[in-house]
Amino acid sequence: MLELFSYSDTGWGDEILRGLAITVQLAVVTLPVGVLLGFLAAFASMSRLRILRAIGFGYTTLMRGLPEILTLFVVYNGVGLLWNRLAMWWNPDAPLTEFSPFIAGVVALGLVFGAFAGEVLRGAFQSLNTGQMEAGKAIGMTRSQIFRRIELPQIWRFALPGLGNLWINLLKDTALVSVIALNDLMRMTKVAVGVTKQPFTFYLLACLIYWTMCVLSEFVLARMERRANRGIRSA
Amino acid sequence: MNPLDILLQYWPRLLDGTVMTLKLTLLGAMIAALAAPGLALVRTQASPWAQAPLRLYISFMRGTPLLAQLFLVFYGSGQFRPMLQDLGLWWLFRDPFNCALLAFALNSTAYQTEILRGGIMGAPHGEIEAARAIGMSQFQTLRRVTFPHAYRIAWPALGNEVILLMKASALASVITLFDLLGRTRQIFSRSFDFSVYLWAAVIYLCLTAAFVFVWRQAELRLSKQFTGRVLPVTPAPNPKETTE
Repeated sequence: MLELFSYSDTGWGDEILRGLAITVQLAVVTLPVGVLLGFLAAFASMSRLRILRAIGFGYTTLMRGLPEILTLFVVYNGVGLLWNRLAMWWNPDAPLTEFSPFIAGVVALGLVFGAFAGEVLRGAFQSLNTGQMEAGKAIGMTRSQIFRRIELPQIWRFALPGLGNLWINLLKDTALVSVIALNDLMRMTKVAVGVTKQPFTFYLLACLIYWTMCVLSEFVLARMERRANRGIRSA
Repeated sequence: MNPLDILLQYWPRLLDGTVMTLKLTLLGAMIAALAAPGLALVRTQASPWAQAPLRLYISFMRGTPLLAQLFLVFYGSGQFRPMLQDLGLWWLFRDPFNCALLAFALNSTAYQTEILRGGIMGAPHGEIEAARAIGMSQFQTLRRVTFPHAYRIAWPALGNEVILLMKASALASVITLFDLLGRTRQIFSRSFDFSVYLWAAVIYLCLTAAFVFVWRQAELRLSKQFTGRVLPVTPAPNPKETTE
């Protein structure tokens, strides 16, 4: 039984670890993209310009309402199609390029993460105490100083639980990229199943690996939350 | 092709897929809704040791991708085929629809149980004590006091869970089911017309919007005694006026 998972030519340990590496890379690369999009969405939906507010609202509503896997297909097929059409228009002899599934995964999961994060961050901005900003202005801080010294540390504290949940969702959603032929943990598991004909064993192993990542993340997030809330009197 | 032509040509398939998506979502949510109240009670009242298996189950369901759970049920059951055939359960696992339904119901049970647990814990203690004090049995208290409060508190979160389940039901297309996304992929593979994905997106958004509306209406009805019914307060006679 154990040799099935050994780290050798006969075992599947190395293949599955390589898949796990892709899964982790995907999640880690997507996170900053998603957080950046989240900030943009939050700023847009709090903007004074009506058009920006509409864009922010439209983006968050659309992306939160669609199945993640549909978004993934739209990005993977659609952007690839668009790219090739643009390339053809630019240069009719251009070779057809295959859109990288990794990039498609980052873009699609980032778009979804950004939409949810936008709502979390907007909530965090709105729970800031406006008196502190006025105080900052009164003692002569610039707009960026206020943002850096007053707003950001507290937004971190307010948004951390929500962003933590989103991170765990992101970890789980990375499994979707296996359907667009990226060799992540899920897909390598599928390959192993195809050869060994032991679907339950290997899918259970994959589940246990995801579970471990999620439980570890929860543990780290709980510590980060405790750290972010140090010096705050708890109710 | 013109996006409208795609819709005109393929609408029966898209409709068929939409029905499948609704069937998976609503059946899955309903099976989970039957299991959740009992499990939520276990979560709130059983001793820590007694509820350890339940907590493990919930943690597993929430900590692993639904896609992996779906594969575990659909493909994984194949590993136990002789045993399942002996037990007479193979028909259940042979059919992708049943497998998808089982996986969605198991997954949603975990989430709904936790949501309902929050609702039960939010039911006011005083009212439960009062119900016991006037001689209601434990079951009567649950039925008349605890659960009405619990469901009212948990209602919005339960609605979110159903929407999440509807979005998740798109995964069924991966195990060869023709739900809305499955039909969409089928049409795309024939026509190579990208606009069919956009139509699918429109349909998903409409389904979500319609569900949010229905759920909100039900919520207003559930909590009638707390919202909307603002009684016209008859002003107390002003003593000064009467003395005049």
